[in-house]
Amino acid sequence: MRRVVITGSGTINPLGHSVPETYEAMREGRCGIGDLDIRDVERLSIRIGGQVKGYNPDQRFNRQQQALYDRFTQFTLIAAEEAIAQSGLEFSGRVAAESGVVLGTSGGGLNTQDENYRAVYEEGKNRVHPFIVPKLMNNSAASHVSMNYNLKGPSFTVATACASSNHAMGQAFWLIRSGAATAIVTGGSESMLCFGGVKAWEGLRVMSKDACRPFSANRNGMVQGEGAGIFVFEEFEHAKARGAGILAEVVGFSMTSDAADIVMPSQQGATRAISGALKDARIGAEKVGYINAHGTGTAANDKTECAAVSKVFGHHADEVMISSTKSMHGHLIGGTGAVELLACLMALNDGIIAPTIGYEEPDPECSLDVVPNEAREAKISHVLSNAFAFGGQNAVLALKTL
Amino acid sequence: MSDVKERVIEIIAEQAVLEPSDVALDQSLDDLGVDSMGLVEAIFSIEESFDIQVPFNANEPEKSDFDISSVATVVATVERLVAEQAD
Repeated sequence: MRRVVITGSGTINPLGHSVPETYEAMREGRCGIGDLDIRDVERLSIRIGGQVKGYNPDQRFNRQQQALYDRFTQFTLIAAEEAIAQSGLEFSGRVAAESGVVLGTSGGGLNTQDENYRAVYEEGKNRVHPFIVPKLMNNSAASHVSMNYNLKGPSFTVATACASSNHAMGQAFWLIRSGAATAIVTGGSESMLCFGGVKAWEGLRVMSKDACRPFSANRNGMVQGEGAGIFVFEEFEHAKARGAGILAEVVGFSMTSDAADIVMPSQQGATRAISGALKDARIGAEKVGYINAHGTGTAANDKTECAAVSKVFGHHADEVMISSTKSMHGHLIGGTGAVELLACLMALNDGIIAPTIGYEEPDPECSLDVVPNEAREAKISHVLSNAFAFGGQNAVLALKTL
Repeated sequence: MSDVKERVIEIIAEQAVLEPSDVALDQSLDDLGVDSMGLVEAIFSIEESFDIQVPFNANEPEKSDFDISSVATVVATVERLVAEQAD
């Protein structure tokens, strides 16, 4: 079977505009969540979020580009530029034909929809800009990456809510492992922090008004974030032959469905996804040193996830470190697994485990080592990254050092 | 029966798929078969019907200023919120 490695990583998220900035923030346990700065915020009851700060699209994209790039596409292109540059890959000839883009997003061009519904409904305008459809469509980010870098193989977008980017990266892994592709630019992006995006989430009454505190007994809900994480997945022999730097090997992936409830997670579905990823990677649970948790900070997720990890890991559950970086960058919904994969790469390459910040009170139902508040040094060889979506669609990735 | 009480019972009955006459004040939402999604929908209907804000976070129902332990406590809380609204 062909092996798959990661040769490039890029990001823009509430913790930084690049991978090094993000690693620094994760090492320091910095919080990227703050007061939302969006139109009509005073009509929201949830007024915090993980916004990308200090970002001015005019400095990155010209007027014509901005007419076609929704904010989620802009984030994707910024992160893709960093990832592809790091990989050193150039897409031409056969490599271009055998390479593609598989991205995750949940809302796609939600800011574009929000702005233009306002224009026609609230402001009573009778026309909108001619490029609204190509700007808001969920596959636009994948298309623009393909167009900008000449990627001519399989390209598509996956939407499985909060598990979108893990599902996308899993598809990228499979495409390369099966021989259908040589390299795939993969990951995910999300930008839902607009009035309509936050208002919809408010209705579910699962959002926190003050902070995201995963696994802490006093947690009171999730906090939304925005941004993108993009990676270059590449067939191992191809990467080796060109002397590429290798960040990690992707060794396992599993997808399961709860087939139960549209919002409540199932311990059994999560358990099967975690054990499925280990089985696919052909490793025992005792090999795993770190799990990047889904860890949303809701009562429902955190208890279910800890129970699932305990079930799969048995005695080893007490030794494995499990943290939720959502405490720092918020829940990037369809882009979250991609930004969280960075914590996995940092653990494997730098030996630093990103913390769960905001942790204040132990919860007996989440009694695992959640790496509270401060990053920790540890030498580990294998990691897992969990994502459990609304809709009961679960996706878990397994990575190792080469 | 106060208007508020009658309307709250109607809303809960709708979520429970029962006739309002089959809803007793001492029953809990659990007894009536209203799950967490039914509860969130009921709160939405209450807010829309009375033009009030109901403080309720599904992550910490016990800390919310909205007592859902029985139909009677829900009615009492809504009556209080409506009265506060009028002030």
